[in-house]
Amino acid sequence: MEIPAIVGAGLVVIGAGIGIGRIGGSAMEAIARQPEATNKIQTAMLIAAALIEGIGFAALFAV
Amino acid sequence: MHKVVRFLLVLALAGPTAVLASSEGHGGHGDDHKKELTPEQKKAHNKHYVIHHTQDSHDFGIFANESEGTHYGFPLPVILWDDGIHFFMSSKFDHGHKTVESNGKYFRLNYADGKVYKADAEGHYITKKVWDADLEMHVQEPVEVLDFSITKNVLVTILMAIFMFFLFRSVARSYQKGLAPSGAAKFLEPIIIYIRDEIARPNIGEKHYKKYMVYLLSVFFFIWFLNLSGMTPLGINVTGNIAFTAALAVMTYLITTFTAKKDYWMHIVWMPGVPVPMKIILFPIELLGTIIKPFALMIRLYANMLAGHVVLGMLLVAAYGFSSYFASGAFIGLTFFMNIIELLVALLQAYIFTMLTALYFGAAAEEHDHEHAAAH
Amino acid sequence: MGLLEEFSIGLFFWQSVLFLALLFLLRKFAWKPILNSVNEREQKIADSLELAEKTKAEMESLKASNENLLKEARAERDAMIKDAKETASKMVAEAKDKAKEEGNKMLAAAQDSINAEKAAAIAELKTQVAAFSIEIAEKVVRGELSSADKQKALADKLAEDINMN
Repeated sequence: MEIPAIVGAGLVVIGAGIGIGRIGGSAMEAIARQPEATNKIQTAMLIAAALIEGIGFAALFAV
Repeated sequence: MHKVVRFLLVLALAGPTAVLASSEGHGGHGDDHKKELTPEQKKAHNKHYVIHHTQDSHDFGIFANESEGTHYGFPLPVILWDDGIHFFMSSKFDHGHKTVESNGKYFRLNYADGKVYKADAEGHYITKKVWDADLEMHVQEPVEVLDFSITKNVLVTILMAIFMFFLFRSVARSYQKGLAPSGAAKFLEPIIIYIRDEIARPNIGEKHYKKYMVYLLSVFFFIWFLNLSGMTPLGINVTGNIAFTAALAVMTYLITTFTAKKDYWMHIVWMPGVPVPMKIILFPIELLGTIIKPFALMIRLYANMLAGHVVLGMLLVAAYGFSSYFASGAFIGLTFFMNIIELLVALLQAYIFTMLTALYFGAAAEEHDHEHAAAH
Repeated sequence: MGLLEEFSIGLFFWQSVLFLALLFLLRKFAWKPILNSVNEREQKIADSLELAEKTKAEMESLKASNENLLKEARAERDAMIKDAKETASKMVAEAKDKAKEEGNKMLAAAQDSINAEKAAAIAELKTQVAAFSIEIAEKVVRGELSSADKQKALADKLAEDINMN
């Protein structure tokens, strides 16, 4: 039986979602622990999230 | 200044409502005096409606009533290349209903995908045989024309470029009066300084950041302002167009490649500090990486902005699809909420594009001691 | 909507041209002047702060040196006053001594002259007394020696006196 490509894309998106969620959660914890480093953490969080997001989009467009 | 901000705010928040007004013809209510559509037809119609509003267009449509076939807006110049230049106004297409003759050639606008195709005198598309990989067979496809038209996106970009030029020139001039910022500079200067101190300096380095500042500032404000123009009720979607993001990504790629120092190429061709077999494996990966990075930039901006417009469009169509006022109201509220999120996304995506561009520039401009290179 | 179907070469061309044009226009008319002004201002602020800091330090040192100077002046003044007082008291003492000495000298001189006068007076007195005595004695002797008996009694008496000695 052949699995449709969209299912694979969905799996990638789930993975990306979990990844971005974890980044966000960890960033929250980090900010709570070190509020003075908020700016740096936010920047790093956004970059990491953007990179993962790119993979998610790549999967969607590959379908 | 306050008035301008308030005006923009009202415009942005009124966005969904204005689009609602123009979508009236497509949803449930407009269909009363037409024959009832099946749910599948309705779905396809709505989908087409939403997608159509994210596409580039040869005329600047402000309001359309498709059930009556009336369009309000203004035509834009069409410039085609087909064994010579063809120039005429898009009103000649009559929204895809008419075939246009120019210098002995015939053209037809496909209203569904907004592209211009070659046609014959009778108005039929000229087709050619192409291999379709999905269907695994040859199919007849209409032939596209090289289209250099001043489309809606081009017009908006031109207007935005003019606006940006005068805005930032006025900011630059305000410094001649005194060193303290005044007028628009009060609002824009902190952003300019943020880009310099929080994006360029830490990512590129104190030594080289200056020569990249012009590009970073331009790209940030260009993307941000065009993103915001997409929040107006005019149905503009410049940054959600792959050609636009591709142009910026190519620019980033070219600047990265042509300003790259020896170390940058060294890390691609012969990665220091890893064993030789790994170096051989890493070379093609790194080489591919130089292209994937700007490609990801292109896709990220395009997909985010397009997705934002599609979601807003879908929510609005859904709001008009319901027969219950409560559900419709809830969806309009949701649209309003999404609109505010999109305002944030407009800024965020401009920031991320600039940030990642600075990161790539930083990798290109980096020069480190090779004694340390082995350590990391 | 695949990526390739969406992609329009014409739009790509226009966007590239427009963006490049905007880039060069903004570079010339906006970013360079803006960044220069901002840099200039930051430099100015930094310079002013530095100058203020420097001035403050200078003031501080000036104040310290002023204090020192004041202290020195005060010390000098005190020394001078002390000196002056000492000199004054010395002078007074000297003057006193001198006056005393002078007084003493004058006193001594006076005493001397008094003594001399006295001595002179006594000497004169003595001569006068002697003269008177001789006169008296002459008179007495004349009276005594006016008769033979009397000369004889006197001679006896003198002889007796000499014997007794």
